[in-house]
Amino acid sequence: MVKVLVAMSGGVDSSMAAALLVEQGHDVTGVHLKMADTPSGLPGKGCCTLDDARDARRVADHVGIAFAVWDFAAAFAERVVEDFVSEYEAGRTPNPCVRCNERVKYAALLDRARALGFDALATGHHVRLRRDGDGTAHLWRAADADKDQTYVLYMAGQDQLAATLWPVGEYPKSSLRAMAAERGLLTAAKPDSSDICFIPDGDVAGFLRPRLGQRAGTFVGADGATLGDHDGAYRFTVGQRRGLGLSGRSEPLYVTAVDGRQVHVGSREQLRCSRLHATGVSWIAGQHPPSADTGLSAQVRYRGRALPCDIDVAGDVAQVRFPDEEPEGVAPGQAVVFYAGQECLGGGTISKSWSQSSAATA
Amino acid sequence: MRIYLDHAATTPLDPGVLAAMRPYLESEHGNPSSSHGTGRAARAAVEQAREQVATAMGVAPLDVMFTSGGTESDNAAIKGTAWAARAAGRGNRLVTTAIEHHAVLETVQWLADEQGFELTVVPVRADGVVDADRLLDAVRDDTVLVSVMAANNEIGTIQPLEVIGPALARRQVPLHSDAVQAFGRTRLDVAGWCLGALSLSAHKINGPKGVGVWVQARDLPVQSLLHGGGQERGIRSGTFNTAGIVGCGAAVELAAQTMLVEVARLRWLRDRLLAGLLAIEGVALNGHAQRRLPHNANVAVGGCDGEALLFALDMAGVAASAGSACQSGASAASHVLAAIGAPANQAHLRLTCGRTTTQADVDTAVEVFGDCVKRLRDAGGGYL
Repeated sequence: MVKVLVAMSGGVDSSMAAALLVEQGHDVTGVHLKMADTPSGLPGKGCCTLDDARDARRVADHVGIAFAVWDFAAAFAERVVEDFVSEYEAGRTPNPCVRCNERVKYAALLDRARALGFDALATGHHVRLRRDGDGTAHLWRAADADKDQTYVLYMAGQDQLAATLWPVGEYPKSSLRAMAAERGLLTAAKPDSSDICFIPDGDVAGFLRPRLGQRAGTFVGADGATLGDHDGAYRFTVGQRRGLGLSGRSEPLYVTAVDGRQVHVGSREQLRCSRLHATGVSWIAGQHPPSADTGLSAQVRYRGRALPCDIDVAGDVAQVRFPDEEPEGVAPGQAVVFYAGQECLGGGTISKSWSQSSAATA
Repeated sequence: MRIYLDHAATTPLDPGVLAAMRPYLESEHGNPSSSHGTGRAARAAVEQAREQVATAMGVAPLDVMFTSGGTESDNAAIKGTAWAARAAGRGNRLVTTAIEHHAVLETVQWLADEQGFELTVVPVRADGVVDADRLLDAVRDDTVLVSVMAANNEIGTIQPLEVIGPALARRQVPLHSDAVQAFGRTRLDVAGWCLGALSLSAHKINGPKGVGVWVQARDLPVQSLLHGGGQERGIRSGTFNTAGIVGCGAAVELAAQTMLVEVARLRWLRDRLLAGLLAIEGVALNGHAQRRLPHNANVAVGGCDGEALLFALDMAGVAASAGSACQSGASAASHVLAAIGAPANQAHLRLTCGRTTTQADVDTAVEVFGDCVKRLRDAGGGYL
């Protein structure tokens, strides 16, 4: 039995995490992290609404554990939301879940849990943990491949994994819902949360507009010609096709790069990425795999596939090549995460990518 | 082990109070407004409770009205008095202090934002006591109501109503006071301090939740917040909450009758508690040391996060408080601590003793508190 703090968002996964930990005989306490100052009493979707706080509280009551709400709004705004906005401002496409895990959940929250005498922090993330005989922890993809969240947890190191439990990664989501229903948890049929908790309607441009305002710029074609105007480069992400307002072309145009106020567009062919450069690279085992290691693959977006790759590592930067299938629409700012089969080895932040047919696309 | 040191949040129901309420929950179901015998039996209980409160407050029974609690009493007294005064052309200005309970601050802010009143919020000194001269200077000829709490709910500081009240009376400006925390724990002199309106809450004095007292002098014009059947002089409609009102009367009487002994006991316990807390390195008192409620200890703890320390105490079985709770259940930043300039990077915890607190509770709490602070500091303080 260990003393576990389980972060309860009010969703079915973290609800089941709490229930499973109790059933496994641990000494469990639940905590709901208030990530935003929600307007009083307004119903809303996504994370951190009063409904979510109440759901988490009622599940904690149901499974019979102590429960608290901690105010992470200031830390979340400063370390995740501000970063999100400034990354878009700089022409990159950030992944706020990665930032949240890196700077909030597996940093401030884990530190506080330890300070309060907890042996472990648990969440409802869909990932699996495997420990070697020598105690080395390994991060594995979830049993439910569609729900796998290793991509947003690549930055976890041995220090974090030593004090972490992920009980739901062993189960397919559908089973978890059935198990939650069997246990009478009121979150059993609750819809999955949106990808970005602080943008529940998914309208990233709408979220950024009041924060970044009008920033007129131009669309630039592959040949350098100006193709039109736009009112803010932050509205565009590499790989985006819809909403460019560039109609009447013989072939569809995609955003290939965002550079200051210039949004570069080109054919789908130009979206293909043969190699990329990543910074802030970390390895779960604490050291990078030998460069000659075969069977490595890299995933460049949350809901993407890992593609075979070669990696050259120097310190915390890496050069990644895709010798076989090339990913499309690789956006700087997103994470590149490395795998060996089902095991997540680590990852970093994409800083630049190249396509075979051109110079740097970003 | 559970040690409850949060009596400023709420108190356990006194067994004698429960016994007084019981008949009106179990058998005497009459509506006190009914004219028949069943109604009259209930009405008698309500009127007896009114007399218990009137006696304790030194006012006439008809000055006393029962409400759903301190928040309603504050809203009804402030909005009702402000509206009536403006309707009579007496002015448009409200004056209060920066450390009032939200039930007062949010009410006057709403009157300012939505109803066109002018509002002056007077700051307090660093010791959490309002400067009477400064408050009186803020009062103008067009001031229709001043609201100053008798004692603060977070840091327990007792406000100088004995100076403010008579001075306002000389200028014919009415004074309302939220006495929810003060009643039963420090002297209240409604007549001597010229209080025109006053709010009390039963559950802070070992009575039931959901019932409060609103004293409104009959010569102070007021408009209704709740319109309906015309109960309570026609200004607070709604079927009498018989059992709650009986419990409120019994709790007020108990508090008044035992106050001298209880205050001395609470002060002794609190002083013992505070001595233990202040002996821990980096712990300091928030608010005035003498001019404070006898059950209240509020301390600043350096090198600790408040939310983390509160949680650690809870896990160790000690119930305390930090600021007020927001809707989700997280602790909200305290406007009271901000008003006295308390540093934001420290933990600020309130521990409040009550009728059921024992010496053993206090001694154990000091020990647990010291352990929690040490462990938290050793681990970096629990900051986010």
